Amino acid sequence: MTTAPYLIVIGGSAGGLHPILTLLPGLVASLPAAILIVLHRQSHYESVLTDLLSAKSALPVKEASEKEPLLPATIYIAPADYHLLIETDHTFSLDDSEKVNFSRPSIDVTFTSAALAYGSRMTALLLSGANTDGTEGLIDVHDAGGTTAVQDPATADSDYMPRQAILHAPVDIILQPSEMAAFINRMAEV
Amino acid sequence: MSRNLISEQEVSLLLNDILERYGYDFTEYAPASINRRVNHLYQVDRFPSFAEYRYRIISDPAYALRFVEEITVNVTEMFRDPSFYQALRTQVLPVLATYPFIRVWHAGCSTGEEVYSFAILLKEAKLLHKAVIYATDINAGVLEKGRKGMFRLSQMQQYSRNYMESGGREDFSSYYTANYEYAKFREDLGEKIIFSPHNLVTDGSFNEFQLIICRNVLIYFSKKLQDRVLTLFSDSLEQLGFLALGSKETLNFTSVTGKFKQLENREKIWRKVQL
Repeated sequence: MTTAPYLIVIGGSAGGLHPILTLLPGLVASLPAAILIVLHRQSHYESVLTDLLSAKSALPVKEASEKEPLLPATIYIAPADYHLLIETDHTFSLDDSEKVNFSRPSIDVTFTSAALAYGSRMTALLLSGANTDGTEGLIDVHDAGGTTAVQDPATADSDYMPRQAILHAPVDIILQPSEMAAFINRMAEV
Repeated sequence: MSRNLISEQEVSLLLNDILERYGYDFTEYAPASINRRVNHLYQVDRFPSFAEYRYRIISDPAYALRFVEEITVNVTEMFRDPSFYQALRTQVLPVLATYPFIRVWHAGCSTGEEVYSFAILLKEAKLLHKAVIYATDINAGVLEKGRKGMFRLSQMQQYSRNYMESGGREDFSSYYTANYEYAKFREDLGEKIIFSPHNLVTDGSFNEFQLIICRNVLIYFSKKLQDRVLTLFSDSLEQLGFLALGSKETLNFTSVTGKFKQLENREKIWRKVQL
């Protein structure tokens, strides 16, 4: 096993941007983990999203490129219109195959792929959304020994996605947006 | 895992079987995506065990062909990334216009939506009559669809929007006739397209071109295979020929970096500046 950094994968859909903007300022700049954000959105707002998240974060924010190795203390964004996969050598791969749960990037695809590559060395965090993406991926993350976390549906703009996850997947912890940064800082230190 | 997934090692066994028995080489594909598709087919076709999946692939050539066609990605659309097509219109076609005869290779063309898109660009630039487009793919099934030039009518609204965003000024619906749930594209667009099987992993160059288009194919290859295929493209391009890739693909840090110069825009189009 290589000494790849811990991995945090955050998946969000409708209403998912708000908790991300809330948690980013609280992350420590020396975070010993890579953070990967999969957010459903229109492909047109590509560069705007990177700029928006950069402004809120002490960590560098960039779009994930294929073959790029995952580095600690870096925030990667899944590009619009591609599924984002992770290889077992801890580099990114892109895939433009069919949408999954009407979405590309799909949160399930990235969660499952990360689970296969990182096993227990990762946490998946599922945020607000109006579809069922993410639930199956959370099951795979759990089965591979990783940690699963979901936004408290009561705090979500669209509570359907986190509710589905809590109903059907083994969820280790339910978090308010205000608790997420501290949680991530803590998981990365383990 | 609870979903009974096939491991990466088991997937490699299948890929070796496919290579040894049928000659299709997927062993240099990036593993994560191919694993996902091999697993997807395993679940869709409801095999009770890995052993039965493997036995079927080894013993049934028709099923092996299905396997090959299903594990390759064949998602495409017309005028995908409209700004890319706009760059072809404004920066590449004026150069191609200066040649007496235009040869284009569209590698990994899938069902041909992007090939017809490019044929429309050539038509509108009044260049189609002196052009030939070689459209190739590893998958014979998708080439047959491309030859028919029939795409789902339900997609035409999106394609028409893409066409207009790419700078198209005509009535997009003038390029096809609606036929039940399909749009059949005009014969004059298809007659300069030659659909033909070609395997980028094992086959060599077959001509010299002024433009090679290969979009969202390299993302599925290992670094080593990417370098091999890019060398093949470089060797198949005339001096000052163009190479066009997908929106997340690049020539940076590859075997041919020094031979190419990217056009001055944000689109993924390079020009071969050194033989």
